[in-house]
Amino acid sequence: MIDPSTYDSLGQLLSDALIQFKTDTALIEARRREESLRLQYREFSASALRVANRLQAAGIGAGDRVAILMSNQSKWLLSAYAVFFRGAVLVPLDYKLSPEEQAALLAHCRPAALVTEHGIWRRLPDLAVPLALVSEAPASFGAPAGVERWEATQERPAEADFVPRSREDVATIVYSSGTGGTPKGCMLPHRAYLAQLDGLLQLFPMERGDRYFSILPTNHAIDFLVGFVGPLCCGATVVHQRTLRPELLLWTMQQYGITHMAVVPLILAAFERALRERIDALPRWQRVAFEGLVATNAALTERRPRTALSRRLLGPIHEAFGGRLKRLFCGGAFVERQRAEFFYRLGIPVVIGYGLTEACTVVTVGGLAPYRADSVGRPVPGVEIRIVDPDAGGVGEVQVRGDTLMAGYLDAPELTEAAFDGPWLRTGDLGHVDGSGHLHLLGRRKNMVVTAGGKNVYPEDIEGAFAAVPCEEMAVFAADYLWPRRGLVGERLVAVVRPGTSEREAWRVLRERNRRLPDFKRVDGVVPWVEPFPRTASMKLKRGALAEAIRAHLDRDAVRPLARLEGP
Amino acid sequence: MNAPDDLLPRLTALAGRRFGPRAATLGPDEDFFEALGIDSLQALDLLTELEDAFGVEVPDYELQGVNTFGGLAEVLRSRL
Repeated sequence: MIDPSTYDSLGQLLSDALIQFKTDTALIEARRREESLRLQYREFSASALRVANRLQAAGIGAGDRVAILMSNQSKWLLSAYAVFFRGAVLVPLDYKLSPEEQAALLAHCRPAALVTEHGIWRRLPDLAVPLALVSEAPASFGAPAGVERWEATQERPAEADFVPRSREDVATIVYSSGTGGTPKGCMLPHRAYLAQLDGLLQLFPMERGDRYFSILPTNHAIDFLVGFVGPLCCGATVVHQRTLRPELLLWTMQQYGITHMAVVPLILAAFERALRERIDALPRWQRVAFEGLVATNAALTERRPRTALSRRLLGPIHEAFGGRLKRLFCGGAFVERQRAEFFYRLGIPVVIGYGLTEACTVVTVGGLAPYRADSVGRPVPGVEIRIVDPDAGGVGEVQVRGDTLMAGYLDAPELTEAAFDGPWLRTGDLGHVDGSGHLHLLGRRKNMVVTAGGKNVYPEDIEGAFAAVPCEEMAVFAADYLWPRRGLVGERLVAVVRPGTSEREAWRVLRERNRRLPDFKRVDGVVPWVEPFPRTASMKLKRGALAEAIRAHLDRDAVRPLARLEGP
Repeated sequence: MNAPDDLLPRLTALAGRRFGPRAATLGPDEDFFEALGIDSLQALDLLTELEDAFGVEVPDYELQGVNTFGGLAEVLRSRL
C-alpha cells in the first residue's frame, strides 16, 4: 500500500501507485454482459498520459480548471489522473443534474476544458468552453471548433510534463448543492484528500486483488475517494458497469467477484428485496434450516465480523453477491437500522458513515467490532467533532475540525464565512455524542432534505416550479425544519401557502405543478397560513422568522395532505 | 424498425406485464411513480425490458426527470 501521509499531492500519490503496481489490474469496464475494457496499472498510466499530453498542448497547467461531466466509466478516472498530472484543478460535475443545471455550474467555474460523453454533451445548451473532449460520439459527429473526440487523445504520445503541487493547493472544486442561489463549490486542497485517505485506509485497508464496484456517481465525494483514489493506492481494481440496472448490478458482482461497494439506501433496499425473494422461494423446510443458520451466524459474529465463516454458513446468499463481498459502505442519506442489521445477520457488514462535501467526505463511520447500526459512529482518524450549545439532552449543532476541511467555497466569501466557526466547520446537523464516543444524528438545522438516493434537496430551489399557483404568497419548507424531530429518514417537503380568493383553484394548480416535478422534489402537503410572510426591506422572505411563527402557532398535524385537499 | 406510433401502446402493455393491471391502464401523462408506487430502480428495470423489445440502448441518465409513459416513449423514440 502507498502511504498517503507522505505525499504532497494526489498527482504524485497516484503516479507512484501506477508505477508500484505495474501489472496488477487497475480497471475493468463492462457494457452490460460484455467486458469492454481491462487496463493494468501501467496501461492506465500510458492512456492517461496521452490525455495529459492533450491538456498540456492546450496550455493547461497549474491551477487551471478542468471539468469532468461523465457517468461512471474508465475515461472519468483516466482524465482525472491526467488533470492531476498537469497540476490542474479537477471540477467533477454531477451527470444526473439537468442540462440547464450543468450549464449553470460550468458558467460558474469557467473551466479551461471540459471532458464529457456524447450522450450528455448532446443535451447541453451552447457553451463557451475553450476545449471540450467528447467521448463515444457517433460517426456522424461534426466537431465544431474547440470540440474534439476524447478517443483522439489516444493517438498522441504517452508523455507529458508532471506539474508538482503543494498540500495546500486546491485539488478539486466539488459542488455540494445545486442550483438555486449561489452555487456552493467546495475548494478541497490536496491536503484534505491525503488526510482523509490516510484516516480511511487505517480503518478499512484494501488489499491487492480486491475489487471495488463503482456505482455511486464518481463526481460524488464518496465514490471519488473509496472508488478511485483509495483502491488505486492499494493495488486494487475498480470495476465499472456502464448500465447500472439492478439485474446487471448482481451480474457484475458475480462476474467479477466484487469485494467492496459504496451504495445509497435505495440500492440497499433493492438488494434486500432481491435477497428476500431468494429466501422466500426456498421450500419451507429449507427456509427453516436457513433461518437457523442465520441465527447461528448472528451469534458467532456478535463481537466482530467473520466474513469467511459467514460465507461458509450462508453460501447461497453470498453467491448472489458474487461470493467475495467483504463490506458495503452506505452514506449519503441515512440507513434504517433494521436494514443494516438484516445484512449484518447475513454476514455482510454495512459500514454506515456520515459526512459532507465540505469535509472532503467522511466525518464519522460506524463500528464493526462490535457491529453497531444505531449511530453514525465515531470520528475517523484525523477528524474531530464537537457539539455546540447542547440542550439538556446533550443535543446541539455538530461541528467538525481537521485537515480534511475545504479551503472555502469558490467565489463566495460570505457563504464561506458563514460555513465556519473559527477552525470549526458548521454542519447544520443536530446530534449528540454518547458515552462511547458515537455520534447520533437527530435532525437538521438547515432547511434541507436528503433523499433515499442521497440527493440534497433545498426547498428554496423548488419554489420556482410553483410560480403559477394563484395565491398571495407561498414558500416551501422541509417539514423537519419547521418542526424538528428525532430522525432523518422519511423527510417531507411542505408548501406554506397564503391563499388568495380561490383556494380551490390554488390547490388544483399546485397539485398539477407538483405532479410534473421529479418525485424527490415534490411536496407532500400544504400548510395554509393567513398572516403576510415576514420579509426584508428588499422583499426577501425571512425564512427563519416565518418558520418560527409557524412553529409557535401550529404543529405537524396542521399539514394537510395534498391528496385530500378539495378540488377536481 | 418499429413504427413509432405503436410505441406507446406496446410500452404500456409491457409495463402492465411487469407492474400489474393498473400499469396497463395508465394514461401517457399520468405519473407512474405515484400511480404504481415504484422507485427509480424499478423504472430502470422496465427500461431494460423496453430496450430489448425495441432494440435500442438508452443511458440510465436519460431517465432523469421522466415520470410518465409519454415521456418514456419520447426518450425511446429519440433513440430509434
